[in-house]
Amino acid sequence: MGNHAMQSRTKPHGRLRNLSDTNLLTSITVIVFIVMYLFAMIVLQKGFLKPQTLFNILNANAALIILSCGMSLVMITGGIDISVGGVTALVSMSCAVLLDYHGGSVPGAMLLAICIGLAFGLVQGYLIAYLEIQPFIVTLAGMFFARGMTTIVNTAPFNVQHEGFVRLKDARIIVPFLGSYNKRGDYIDAYVEIGVVVALLIVALLFFVLKWTKTGRNFYAVGGNRQSALMLGINVKRTVFLSHLICGILAGIGGFVYFMHVGSGSASHASGAEMNAIASSIIGGTMLTGGVGNIIGTLFGVMSLALIQNIVSSIGLDQAWWTGITIAAMLCLFLVIQSIIIARRKKANLSAAADSKG
Amino acid sequence: MTIKAAPAKSSSFLSGLLRHQMIIPIAALLILALFNLIADPSFFRITLGYNSAGNPVLSGYPITIIDYGSELAILAIGMTLVTAASGGQDISVGAALAISGSVMLRILCGTNTSPAELQAPVIVAFLIACVVSMIFGAFNGSLVAFFRIQPMVATLILFTAGRSIAAWINNNELPIVNDVSFTYYGGYLPGIPVPTPFFIAIICFIVTWALLKFTNLGLYVQSVGINEKTSRLNGLNPELIKLLTYVLLGLCVAVAGFIKVSRLSTINYSVIAKDIEMDAILAVALGGNALSGGKFNMSASVLGAYVIQFLTTTLYKFNVQSDALSAYKAVVVILLVVLSAPVVREKLSALLKKLRPAKQAQQSV
Repeated sequence: MGNHAMQSRTKPHGRLRNLSDTNLLTSITVIVFIVMYLFAMIVLQKGFLKPQTLFNILNANAALIILSCGMSLVMITGGIDISVGGVTALVSMSCAVLLDYHGGSVPGAMLLAICIGLAFGLVQGYLIAYLEIQPFIVTLAGMFFARGMTTIVNTAPFNVQHEGFVRLKDARIIVPFLGSYNKRGDYIDAYVEIGVVVALLIVALLFFVLKWTKTGRNFYAVGGNRQSALMLGINVKRTVFLSHLICGILAGIGGFVYFMHVGSGSASHASGAEMNAIASSIIGGTMLTGGVGNIIGTLFGVMSLALIQNIVSSIGLDQAWWTGITIAAMLCLFLVIQSIIIARRKKANLSAAADSKG
Repeated sequence: MTIKAAPAKSSSFLSGLLRHQMIIPIAALLILALFNLIADPSFFRITLGYNSAGNPVLSGYPITIIDYGSELAILAIGMTLVTAASGGQDISVGAALAISGSVMLRILCGTNTSPAELQAPVIVAFLIACVVSMIFGAFNGSLVAFFRIQPMVATLILFTAGRSIAAWINNNELPIVNDVSFTYYGGYLPGIPVPTPFFIAIICFIVTWALLKFTNLGLYVQSVGINEKTSRLNGLNPELIKLLTYVLLGLCVAVAGFIKVSRLSTINYSVIAKDIEMDAILAVALGGNALSGGKFNMSASVLGAYVIQFLTTTLYKFNVQSDALSAYKAVVVILLVVLSAPVVREKLSALLKKLRPAKQAQQSV
């Protein structure tokens, strides 16, 4: 980030300060994730020694990774999108109905998924960027609309029987050399689902765009300070619009990946996914104030959330409430760390500024 | 619709009216009422009957609205203060409501899940629930005020954990209160045909109104919401005021939770007050209050809450499924928000100005 160079010039001492906000928060997340995983491997052993456990976490959370990527992008630009969970449910239900009741094909379903996401992105982006309505309210209505539409499309949840889709759903990508032996000594391949590959591709693509393209840097500039971005000649409205558009499309893709994982349509699918996506982005170092964030961090945010759920249930605290409470505790911890870091940084920056003046 | 009708009447009065905050909820209310009047005038019929206990009760759609809109109105009061002071919304009210309801039932039922008589007086249970709820409010408030976390994110913590905590308090059991007197607060007092929640909402409104009228709280909340730094320079303590608004919202949550559990005499942790946080925020927005904080109008929010309940009831009447309800609500909300957006308003008023000189020119010819 732009801050990076300035900070290292004004404050030569202190290694932590050489990291930008983004990198500092992200590295905390990555370290926490690795420490937690090591803890699980050493203390709990059981499944955690098998690579497949990690792949299973990825398989179950591929959709959430995609949704969180879109969320991070919007949050970096200084907005929020809470409609992603609703869009996911709508996509899964619409695709299910298309495949089983209207004789649709798999590519057709994919197209439908992306179109639904695109439509939400377009409308929400327009209302937020050009009519200047608060993103929270617009996407709140978007969520309501998507959830309601899901029930209107079809009330009862059902499993999809479409042949081509089932084949796609059950497709496994074998990861070489990482399989394990079961009790009888047979070798079992380690595998990931197609959704994981899609998710990782999107992470890589977004990481590249945010880091090295002009459009990507514009997102940070607009999120950091709208006024100065405007003065720099950045088209603020278009950037905000674009962030919501991309988030909408990603919600459509994420919805389809979710649909591929569960293989059914239901109005209660992905309930609370928007909150999980926000939580993952925050844990991954994205700040809701905008201007700070990192897609790799988001990936680790999702993984940390999923890992802690796994650990909690394998410790034996399998009553439903423990998951909620631990996630909340983790979120609380990360938020407090964030706010303390930011406050200390501000103070340090102020004193540095005073030093250089005096 | 209302804006388009503007040039027909005297312009200065109308443009003043249009700028008034109450216009949005009132217009929404009128549109809804008109729609119902045209579609089916029997919507407004109120009948006097007797319930199973032999008490006189009024029934009909308007009564349903003032009955079920009350919890929402009470929450909207607290939400307006929080919105005004911190420029953000509390999304944990539904979860916090589950907690306070759970605490109340825990105290009323003791260790038994379905005792024949109350284990503690209702007032004691209510007061303890209030205290617990205010503590959770203070937790949210301190995250917002002292740690400077955005309200929506700070309250996301309780939103995630709240229902789990509520289930944990009662060991995931569903206590049932068998005492009839407990149902009075969410139903009807013997001899009074108007539902009790409406009275509770009115009392809450009057108390808050008095609090704002006779203390400086309202002024302080607004000044903190408009500019925190200036407020500090003027000797206010913004952190304390933000914290206070969250604690007050906690109190509102406890009252609303009391009504909710009294209605059912039991609790369902995952369903109770589901999505009520969204409705409460919409009530504030519908009241024309800026969701980014600053100036606020309490009456507009309360009216907004009843308008939302009006809409819900209307949709129910037209046999819309409860799950599909949200799609229609969303369309209405978007329409209202678009119409009240400053950008759209400016464009519309510019359009009106363009039209008016043309008319005058015609008249002079």
